[in-house]
Amino acid sequence: MALLQISEPGMSAAPHQHRLAVGIDLGTTNSLIATVRSGMSTVLQDDFGHALLPSVVRYMPNGDIVVGHEAQAHQSEDPINTITSVKRFMGRSLNDIANKAHIPYRFFEGTDSTTTRSLQLQTRAGLKTPVEISAEILKSLKARAEKSLGGELVGAVITVPAYFDDAQRQATKDAARLAGLNVLRLLNEPTAAAVAYGLDNAAEGTFVIYDLGGGTFDVSILRLSKGVFEVLATNGDAALGGDDFDHRIYCWVLDKVRENNANFSPLTEEDTRLLLTKARQAKEWLTDNFEAQIVCKLSNGTLVDVTLTASQLIEVTEHLVSKTLSPTRKAMRDAKLSIEDINGVVLVGGATRMPHIRHAVQEYFQQEPLTNLDPDKVVALGAAIQANILAGNKSDDDLLLLDVTPLSLGLETMGGLVEKVIHRNSTLPIARAQEFTTYKDGQTAMSVHVVQGERELVSDCRSLARFELRGIPPMAAGAARIRVTFTVDADGLLSVSAREQSTGIEAHIAVKPSYGLTEDEITSMLKASFNSAEEDKKARMLAEARVNAGAIISSVTAALAIDSKLISPAEVEAIELEINKLQQLTAANDATAINQAVDTLNHATEAFAAARMNASVSRALAGKSLENLDL
Amino acid sequence: MAITLTETAASRVEKFLANRGKGVGLRLGVKTTGCSGMAYTLEFVDDMQPEDVAFESHGVKVIVDPKSLVYIDGTELDFTKEGLNEGFKFNNPNVKDECGCGESFTV
Repeated sequence: MALLQISEPGMSAAPHQHRLAVGIDLGTTNSLIATVRSGMSTVLQDDFGHALLPSVVRYMPNGDIVVGHEAQAHQSEDPINTITSVKRFMGRSLNDIANKAHIPYRFFEGTDSTTTRSLQLQTRAGLKTPVEISAEILKSLKARAEKSLGGELVGAVITVPAYFDDAQRQATKDAARLAGLNVLRLLNEPTAAAVAYGLDNAAEGTFVIYDLGGGTFDVSILRLSKGVFEVLATNGDAALGGDDFDHRIYCWVLDKVRENNANFSPLTEEDTRLLLTKARQAKEWLTDNFEAQIVCKLSNGTLVDVTLTASQLIEVTEHLVSKTLSPTRKAMRDAKLSIEDINGVVLVGGATRMPHIRHAVQEYFQQEPLTNLDPDKVVALGAAIQANILAGNKSDDDLLLLDVTPLSLGLETMGGLVEKVIHRNSTLPIARAQEFTTYKDGQTAMSVHVVQGERELVSDCRSLARFELRGIPPMAAGAARIRVTFTVDADGLLSVSAREQSTGIEAHIAVKPSYGLTEDEITSMLKASFNSAEEDKKARMLAEARVNAGAIISSVTAALAIDSKLISPAEVEAIELEINKLQQLTAANDATAINQAVDTLNHATEAFAAARMNASVSRALAGKSLENLDL
Repeated sequence: MAITLTETAASRVEKFLANRGKGVGLRLGVKTTGCSGMAYTLEFVDDMQPEDVAFESHGVKVIVDPKSLVYIDGTELDFTKEGLNEGFKFNNPNVKDECGCGESFTV
C-alpha cells in the first residue's frame, strides 16, 4: 500500500492528491533535491545513497545523456562533451564569459543576438544552450524525487545566487520548465539557508550567510523584517572554493615528494587526479583529526607517503581563508553595518567544515556561526521548506514570501504619463500607496488606469485595468486627496484601490499582472526601457509641460469668467492673447516653448491675480467689526 | 482493542515531533473520500478534542476521534521503506477491500 507521511493538523491530503513539492539547490559544482516528509526537511538520495549530484552533463557517443558521478568520471577524457559548471553560463552571452581560453567548450553565439539565450555550446549531440544542459541536471533530480516520493511533483522551489540578474533567473526558470518542473518560486540561496535554520521565525534580524562552495565563494547579508528577507549586500569570489584548498594540499604533497626525489618525472593526468583525490580526503579527514596520512603509488612507481598535520593545513591554506574575508568586509561595508549589528552567521558549503574556516569566521564576527545542519545540504533543505509551504501543505500563517515584481506597476496621470507606484524587483507581498489629486475644478470622478512597464509613457506600457472612482465632492482642482493603494499578494495578484480621503468613498479592482505577460514580453519590455530612456525622458517633459499648460489655461479661463470685471478690457485681452498662444504651442512638440509660454501667461496674470486676491479679502472683511475677525 | 505503533514507527514519530518543536502526539483517522470509500489521515496533534480517544504506544501518544476509531480499531502503524520511498503504513484488521494503491479502503 501507499506510504503515508504525517501532515499538519487539518491538512491531510485526499488520496492521490499529495502535494509533493521539492526544493532544488542547482549548484555550480553539485546539485541537491530535498523535500519535507512528516514535517521534516530531508535531502533525497539516489540509488547509491549519494545526496550530492555533481552538476556535470555528458553527451554520450550513442546519443544518451548521463548526469552526475558517471559524467564526472569522464570529464578529463571527453572534456568537450562533458559540461561542468554550466551555471556560470546561464543567462549569459558570449561577451559575458571571461577566460574563454581556459574553458574547453566550443562556444557559439546564436544569430539572434537580441536574446540572452543565444549562447550555445557545440557538443557531439549538436548545439546545446546552457538552459538545455541545466535542464538535464534538473530532469535527473526530478526523476530521483519521483522515485523516492512515489508520485508526481506539484512543483519545485529552485535556488539561485542572490546576485543573479533577471536574465540568469529567467534562464533558470526556463531550464526548470524544460525539465518538466513547475517552478513555485525562485529563492535566493542565502535566504534558503536562513530558512533552513528557521531564522525566518524570528521577528527581525540581520544575518550573514557565508557560502564557500566547491568553486565559488559568496557572502550575503540579509535583513529580515516582517517575514521578508531583503538582501542588503552580496559579495564574493567566483574563483575561490573548496577545490582551491585541495589544490594547495596537492602542491604541498608534490613539494614533499620532490624533496626526496630530485629527478621526479612529470605527472600523468591520472596521477594528478589521484593526488587531488587524496588531497581532498586528507582535507576532510583533518576536520575531525590532527593528522592525515597521504599514501599512494604514482604511475612511474614512486611511492608517496607523507603526513599532513592540521597546523600544516592551516599554514598552506591560510591565504585562501583570508581571501574570503576581504569580500566579507566589503559586503559589510556596502550594507553599512558593523559586527555588532549581526544577529547570526550561517555557514554554507562543504568547505566550511574546515575548523580553521570556522575559527576565522567566528573571530571576524565575534560569534559562533550556526553549523548544526549539514553545510552541503542547508540550501536545499531551506528550499524544500519553502516549497512545502507554497504547495499548500502548511497553514497560511506560516507563509513566507520572497518573490519580486518583474516589472514596475503604476497608473496613468494627466498627459499619458506613468506614475510608478510599485517599482520593479520589489519583494512580494507588497502594498504601496500614493496620493493623487483632481486636475479640474469641481471634478467629481477620477479614472484610474493601471499599467505595467518601465517606460515613461502609458502608450509604451502594458495596460492592465481601468476603473473609476466616482462621487468625489466638488472641490477646487488640487484640493481633493485621493489615496491610491497598490497591493500585490504572494501570487502576483494585484489589487488597486482608490479612496477619497475626506468622504471615504472607495473603488477597487483586482488584476493579475505578471502572468498576463509571457517571459519574452517581460524581457523585451525591460530591454525597450533601457534603450529608450532618453526618448522617454523627452516625452515625459513634453507631456508634463502640456499638463501644466492645460492646468493654467483652465484656471485662468475660469477666473476670467468670474472676475474679468476687476481688470480693464485691455488687460483681459492681453491675457486672452497669451492663452491663445499657449494653446497653439501645446499642440506642437516643443516642451521648452510651452514652458516659456506658461511663464509668460503667469507673468501676464500677476496683476489680475492680485486684484482677485484684494477683492476676495474685502469681500471677506465686509461688514465685520474688528473684534469679530479671527486673526 | 487499541491502536499501536511498531517500535520503528514510534521512534520516527518521536523524531518528527521533536523536529517540529511542538505537538502532543499523533492523530490517526479516516475520512470518507477516495476511490474506495475511506481514506486514512495521519496528522500531528496540537490540540486534543474532548471526545478524542488517546492511546499510548512506545511512549508516543496516539489520538483518534471516536468516529474514526470504529474503522481502524486494532490497527498497527508501521514505518517502512520501499525502495527510495519511506513512510507510514496502516495494518488495519478491519479492511475488507483496498483500492489498488492502498490509500483508500472499505470495511
